[in-house]
Amino acid sequence: MVTINGESVNAAGKTVAQYIAEAGYNAERVVVERNLVILKKEELGETVLEDGDSVEILNFVGGG
Amino acid sequence: MIAKEELDRAFDARFSPEIKEKLQAARVAVAGLGGLGSNIAVMLARSGVGHLFLVDFDKVDTTNLNRQAYTIPHLGMDKTDAIKMILADINPYLDIKTECVEVTPGNVSRLFGEYGIVCEAFDRPDRKAMLVRELLTQTEAVVVSGNGMAGYGDADEIRTNRVNGRLFVCGDLTTDVGSGTGLMAPRVAVCAGHQANKVIQLILK
Repeated sequence: MVTINGESVNAAGKTVAQYIAEAGYNAERVVVERNLVILKKEELGETVLEDGDSVEILNFVGGG
Repeated sequence: MIAKEELDRAFDARFSPEIKEKLQAARVAVAGLGGLGSNIAVMLARSGVGHLFLVDFDKVDTTNLNRQAYTIPHLGMDKTDAIKMILADINPYLDIKTECVEVTPGNVSRLFGEYGIVCEAFDRPDRKAMLVRELLTQTEAVVVSGNGMAGYGDADEIRTNRVNGRLFVCGDLTTDVGSGTGLMAPRVAVCAGHQANKVIQLILK
């Protein structure tokens, strides 16, 4: 299991890009931290989630 | 023009010399000079932050007047020039540097690489995410971001959230300007206040 934003999710084996698309996020509007490391944009599609990973997805909304 | 000593005396009446020196020595960058950034810049200038680097590529227009620090005489000006005028009327002895440029992944390091604290104050969500991501991966800066301040819901839903030691996100995290809710001065100013307050905490810690 992978811990994503504090919840246990069965996402091991998926890339981060696959997971965020399936979960309904727009990849252009998120910052993803995996095991305390911020992922570069190009790393989203290359990074495969593993059991025990801890992921924070920070979703940005408009306005400023 | 008012003497620097007179402004210093007014500050000394409220805070210790240690606090004044830390604030005067601080260097803070603000990316985006809209509702968040213009208000953050004003608050940091009033607080005596000695060096501000302010970046935006936009001009002041009439749709800005409902929430940004600008007034009618600034219409049509580059926001970087307008904010310099405003800050000079608050404290002419601050060191204010500006650059009228669009921030991209390619210039983040050049623009912000030497700053220990950077405020993200953009408006579009993709631009906000880009800047936060690039600052955290390309620089050593602590980032204070604004996320979710549209509408007129309860102001105390806007909080300062610590994501990690290098990222603080201020806002309600959910209220999107795109969902039919416009931006209004109070919640934008509340969010800008959270960001400016976190910056001051980081300077004085």
